[in-house]
Amino acid sequence: MAAGQANRLPEGGRIDRSRPLRFSFNGKSYAGYAGDTLASALLANGVSLVGRSFKLRRPRGIVGGGAEEPNAVMQLGEGAAARPNLLATQVELEPGLAARGTRGWPSTRFDIGAALDGFGRILGAGFYYKTFKYPRAWWKLYEHVIRRAAGFGKAPDSPDPDRYEHRNAHCDVLVAGGGPAGLMAALMAARAGARVILADDDVEFGGSLLVGGDAIDGIPAMDWVARVVAELRQMPDCRLLSRGTVFGYHDHNFLTIAQRCVRESDIAAQDQARRPVAERLWRVRAKRVVLAQGAFERPLVFCNNDRPGVMLATAVSGYIRRHAVLPGRRAVVFTNNDSAYRTAIDLAGAGAEVAAIVDSRPGGAGAIEQRVKELGIPVLPGHVVSDVSGRRRVRGAGIARWTGEPWSTVEITLRIDCDLVAVSGGFSPAVHLHSQAGGKLEWSESQLCFLPAEARQSHDSAGAGNGRQSTGDCLADGLRAGTAATVELGLSRPEIEIPATEEVPAAPIEALWRVPAVKDADRCPKQFIDFQNDATVADIRLAVREGYRNVEHVKRYTALGFGTDQGKLGNINGMAILADALGKPIPEVGTTTFRPAYTPVRFGTVAGESVGELYDPVRKTALHEWHEAAGAPMEAVGQWHRPWYFPRGGEDLHAAVARECLAVRNSVGIMDASTLGKIDVRGPDAVNFLERVYTHNVGRMKPGRCAYGILLGEDGMVMDDGVMARLAEDRFYLTTTTGGAAHVLDWLEKWLQTEWPELEVYLTSLTEQFSTLAVAGPNSRKLLEKLGCDIPLDRESFPFMHVRTATLAGIPVSLFRVGFSGELAFEINIGSQFALDLWRKLMDAGREFDITPYGTETMHVLRAEKGFVIVGHDTDGSVTPVDLGMNWLLSREKDFLGKRSLARPDCLREDRKQLVGLLSRDGCTVIPEGAQLIERTGQATPVPMCGHVTSSYPSASLGHPIALALVTGGRGRKGETLFAASPGREPTAVEIVSPAFYDPGGERQHV
Amino acid sequence: MLLIECPWCGPRAETEFSHGGEAGITRPANPDALSDAEWADYLFYRSNPRGAHRELWNHARGCRRWFVVERDTVTNRIAGSFRLDEALPVPASAAGKQAEQGD
Repeated sequence: MAAGQANRLPEGGRIDRSRPLRFSFNGKSYAGYAGDTLASALLANGVSLVGRSFKLRRPRGIVGGGAEEPNAVMQLGEGAAARPNLLATQVELEPGLAARGTRGWPSTRFDIGAALDGFGRILGAGFYYKTFKYPRAWWKLYEHVIRRAAGFGKAPDSPDPDRYEHRNAHCDVLVAGGGPAGLMAALMAARAGARVILADDDVEFGGSLLVGGDAIDGIPAMDWVARVVAELRQMPDCRLLSRGTVFGYHDHNFLTIAQRCVRESDIAAQDQARRPVAERLWRVRAKRVVLAQGAFERPLVFCNNDRPGVMLATAVSGYIRRHAVLPGRRAVVFTNNDSAYRTAIDLAGAGAEVAAIVDSRPGGAGAIEQRVKELGIPVLPGHVVSDVSGRRRVRGAGIARWTGEPWSTVEITLRIDCDLVAVSGGFSPAVHLHSQAGGKLEWSESQLCFLPAEARQSHDSAGAGNGRQSTGDCLADGLRAGTAATVELGLSRPEIEIPATEEVPAAPIEALWRVPAVKDADRCPKQFIDFQNDATVADIRLAVREGYRNVEHVKRYTALGFGTDQGKLGNINGMAILADALGKPIPEVGTTTFRPAYTPVRFGTVAGESVGELYDPVRKTALHEWHEAAGAPMEAVGQWHRPWYFPRGGEDLHAAVARECLAVRNSVGIMDASTLGKIDVRGPDAVNFLERVYTHNVGRMKPGRCAYGILLGEDGMVMDDGVMARLAEDRFYLTTTTGGAAHVLDWLEKWLQTEWPELEVYLTSLTEQFSTLAVAGPNSRKLLEKLGCDIPLDRESFPFMHVRTATLAGIPVSLFRVGFSGELAFEINIGSQFALDLWRKLMDAGREFDITPYGTETMHVLRAEKGFVIVGHDTDGSVTPVDLGMNWLLSREKDFLGKRSLARPDCLREDRKQLVGLLSRDGCTVIPEGAQLIERTGQATPVPMCGHVTSSYPSASLGHPIALALVTGGRGRKGETLFAASPGREPTAVEIVSPAFYDPGGERQHV
Repeated sequence: MLLIECPWCGPRAETEFSHGGEAGITRPANPDALSDAEWADYLFYRSNPRGAHRELWNHARGCRRWFVVERDTVTNRIAGSFRLDEALPVPASAAGKQAEQGD
């Protein structure tokens, strides 16, 4: 079954040879083993071509071994389970896994766009910006074609079936990265008694030890790792998260970790409804953070350095040692530092022929050079690989003498046949999280990399991520960081010795940012910096010639570091070349900004459980079940679900609303108004306080009185409205809009606490404790009387705009003679536990009046017929009470919030938009809400607009449609004709009228 | 996500709080006596400093109390939380002004 894996070594590696499995890539079936990544399995099968480059469509192979991989971007699954944008280097191989390359059309191997490569000279930096500009009308077409050609895989076509969850955690020390440094730091902190979380994005802990691995403390490195991990697992307060990527370092030591929980095959085997959690988002608040995420190896920048078969040296070592895969038979190793010599040894040990180590440094390597020479590997110090041949696979390397002049031209002095070029241009610490946390970076001239410097939050870097290179130095640095954390936390320090390792003195790295070619830098074959986005040395130089100076601008112009890998591979090389082109030192050019996420995170992981029913809380009134049983469609009003209308026998919205409106106008209707905000205000200073925030004269209200009140912001704009009732000398009851309840309470509290703390007033929300049943219509009084009320309800005893406590059908209630329909009406406030009972009794008693439950739509129509506004529907944040014609509500005798603003010049403008009514001239057209109002039809664009429609409904009571609108200087324009314009419709001629369409004198509610 | 110390409840996650803008803006005693420019200054203009900033926060999903937080607008570092009825330490404005000039 495992046959066909031509590049699989006969023994070794951390794969499980007892568990062979099959997978497919681009529809072809291959064999691999458990423990493989998709990348290692592809390499084992000799698949060297995995994708096409973004712009030029050049054939590309696997370059790296982890998060830095730019080329092997894969698509897994189909339909709802489609997962784009996964790196083959990070995908665990699964039985039956079906992967596709995401780039290349019609296929990776035969890509039509590959012809573009020939036009490389034209397709330089900014090509799209410069070319696809004219004519402007074609922009959409250009975008469509370019996006289709670009293609980074396919998004799922229906909702994600996977389950995700969020978990909050707190710890003393969070260690990001489980390599030698991270393990030592975690061990120190855990032994000191700290609560520790250790997270690593790999399947196994060990980091570089998984691929390197000299002995530690006299035992094989991975045995040492197993020993440490076993000890950590036993600690009660230590949590180990493998497959957990710390991807965000946010304010105040808050970090986010995406943890893959189960393998794809496990998910597939499960019942859809009871799937295990696929991925978990950890939200961690840590007292102290140790960043030990290691370093990324840099490629070297020479001609055609993107050819399949050019790979990072450490990645080559990793495939050999961890996956028992030999990526090539005859290799050239090209380096400017000592590290790649180990890869040469690994290659030789695995049976490959190492044709040469090409080392730019004239003096060659340190002590390790001797070991290489003992293996018979030739070393060419003071030489570089200037070019490679081959298209779909490297065939040979062109070697030149290195003069130390990166922009000179050279001659190829030697050609070596090979199918693998392992390159190492040095290491860049993974400073991403350090930078996200606001930490500074410092350029090291000796190590040629940015090192984490001053930290802004409570964090520390350790190991390769802190510029340490040997395993021994990483172990020591991790111990140091762990010790520093325990000291910071005030914990005792256990004695831990630095584990013993065998150290080989290394020779220093040499700067080699661009390898000279046979032609100058702008005419030689392409020298790639960012493989995913096809950004080359020539592109960066072109950007500089065209005037770009800032690294952030060059990034956007050349797309350097723009890809899903976010420049993990190429950014530092790019910045060094930019610095050279600008004639500045590298630290002056600086880096681009590091932002979360460190690696791509699934949308599902970010959403967690907050999908579907759990997306947002739903608030239901005490009568919700009755409404549902009555078949009422629900309308979402903020988080509340309110019945929209109550259809009878197949009625549509329009028919039901017309019937409900007429029932209220002619007999009696009943509505659940429980979602209105309700605030209890009490205290000796309650009047004083409310005088300051409401615009009317609150003090004049006698106990038992109700008043319509509006709240203004300090800017004079209407913020909320509602009925206010004075229940006693020192006690008021306020209602607010449904959507404004929480805001109004917060806002009142803010004034009380921050501005007027001397006032003794107490505010309590009663929104959910009380339900409000609105009974409206000429028969409403009769209905309550029939039900049995212990107080007289006649006009004289209980006039309009008054409140009484009463007993209704034996239940204690507050009765408000207020309404929003303009009819004789009562609002019954009742403890929510009694609401359903009373509602049923009202329905029973109301049968003789054909009592009609009505929903929010009828409520809207009824109030619009009366010209009553709904704050937030007919107003936005730019409407004053004067604009609404509510001058009568504004006290002249006192100050109130927002009053001074009403005298600002802008609020006094004659041409402010004012509330008016509109009637369609034809008497039948319902104008769309939101329609713009214009003076005349047939004007050239842009047509001057003089208002907009805020509410519009057919009115059954009136027999014609009505609308409310805000019109420039509208109150003085009654009788004028305007046109209501909205897209896709003929403008409608409308007449400006008073907004009070129905019973303008208000007689009906005073009966 | 910030970790904010409520003077009554202790340190809690930012999601429990709502932000109320710059602290120390006092409503004028007699707004009618102010010119339009003076009223506009109270209504619209804020110091928006780079550095130390005293601002109001409300423990909206907790004790519902308003209080003052001194936060560095560059680093988000919080120097302290103060109840509204306690005397604030020496205004940060002195130090803040120096920093502004330094920029």
